[in-house]
Amino acid sequence: MTTPRVAYALALGDDALVLAQRLGEWVARAPELEEDVALANIALDLLGQARTLLRYAGDLEGAGRDEDALAYWRDDRDFRNALLVELPNGDFAVTMARQLVFAAYQYELYDRLRASSDDTLAAVAGKAVKEVHYHRDHATQWVLRLGDGTDESRRRMVAGLATVWPYADELFQPDDATAALVADGVAVDPPTLREPWTSYVEGVLAEAGLELPEAAAPRSGGRRGLHTEHLGFLLAEMQHLHRSHPGATW
Amino acid sequence: MTSEWPLWEVFIRARRGLSHIHVGSLHAPDAAMAVRNARDVYTRRGEGVSIWVVPSDQITASSPDEKDAFFDPAGDKVYRHPTFYEVPAEAKHL
Repeated sequence: MTTPRVAYALALGDDALVLAQRLGEWVARAPELEEDVALANIALDLLGQARTLLRYAGDLEGAGRDEDALAYWRDDRDFRNALLVELPNGDFAVTMARQLVFAAYQYELYDRLRASSDDTLAAVAGKAVKEVHYHRDHATQWVLRLGDGTDESRRRMVAGLATVWPYADELFQPDDATAALVADGVAVDPPTLREPWTSYVEGVLAEAGLELPEAAAPRSGGRRGLHTEHLGFLLAEMQHLHRSHPGATW
Repeated sequence: MTSEWPLWEVFIRARRGLSHIHVGSLHAPDAAMAVRNARDVYTRRGEGVSIWVVPSDQITASSPDEKDAFFDPAGDKVYRHPTFYEVPAEAKHL
């Protein structure tokens, strides 16, 4: 049964899973070998978070689905990730813009979730907050260098931020599942993360000599299963092998 | 792009009390990124507690041509080795 707590664990887990898949696409294609390794590391951190969160969601649901069943046998309408993480990688600047926006959000989220009254969520957050601190730092370093680099790198960084900016708002929107859990101290109320997130991201952009992107109509729907057309293609690639050969291991 | 990133030598200290040891090299645009790249490339399995990076072109190396003059004279000076002492069992890392 999809209780609010199941839905909340799925939302956090799906954010991590889908972004891990996206970042994995950079492997062997990053600008440098060292960035291949860095992005793969970040992807694997996220995959570890996703595995724990989805396993927990499956246990709570009580329908016999483990983390693999949830990752490989749900269709896009059942995924609860925010739209931001399913956006195509674009060029390196788009990916770094997405990383900055998401890691800064996820850091504030996990930092507070450590105090959750749900022991499992608190434990996941306690471990993940250190990983995400590094993800945020990695993105920060690149946004500073691209924003304050050459004319071309700056142009791309500005374009990258403009691409992802409309999708940031969804991270801070309350949804029904979360609202039911906030009062019990299980979940973090998303709107409370907006101010510390804004403070951090604005600080990075100011140091990089970049202006805040112009406000655009916010895009949302992921938490309700209404995704962009990009998620279906991502899932097709991610789920193809498991669906063609159920239970395959190697 | 590839040719523009300088090379860095990476030194990792595995534990407190040990010295930094050269583990390899990597490319990075600047020192701060070199430390981060070193963290990702060389400490993913918990290998270190401290990282140094040094620009490769800042290292002055001995020349292979000077090998005989540099190293052969040490070969027969056994009295320079502390082999005449009992090493206490408690002394680690000697």
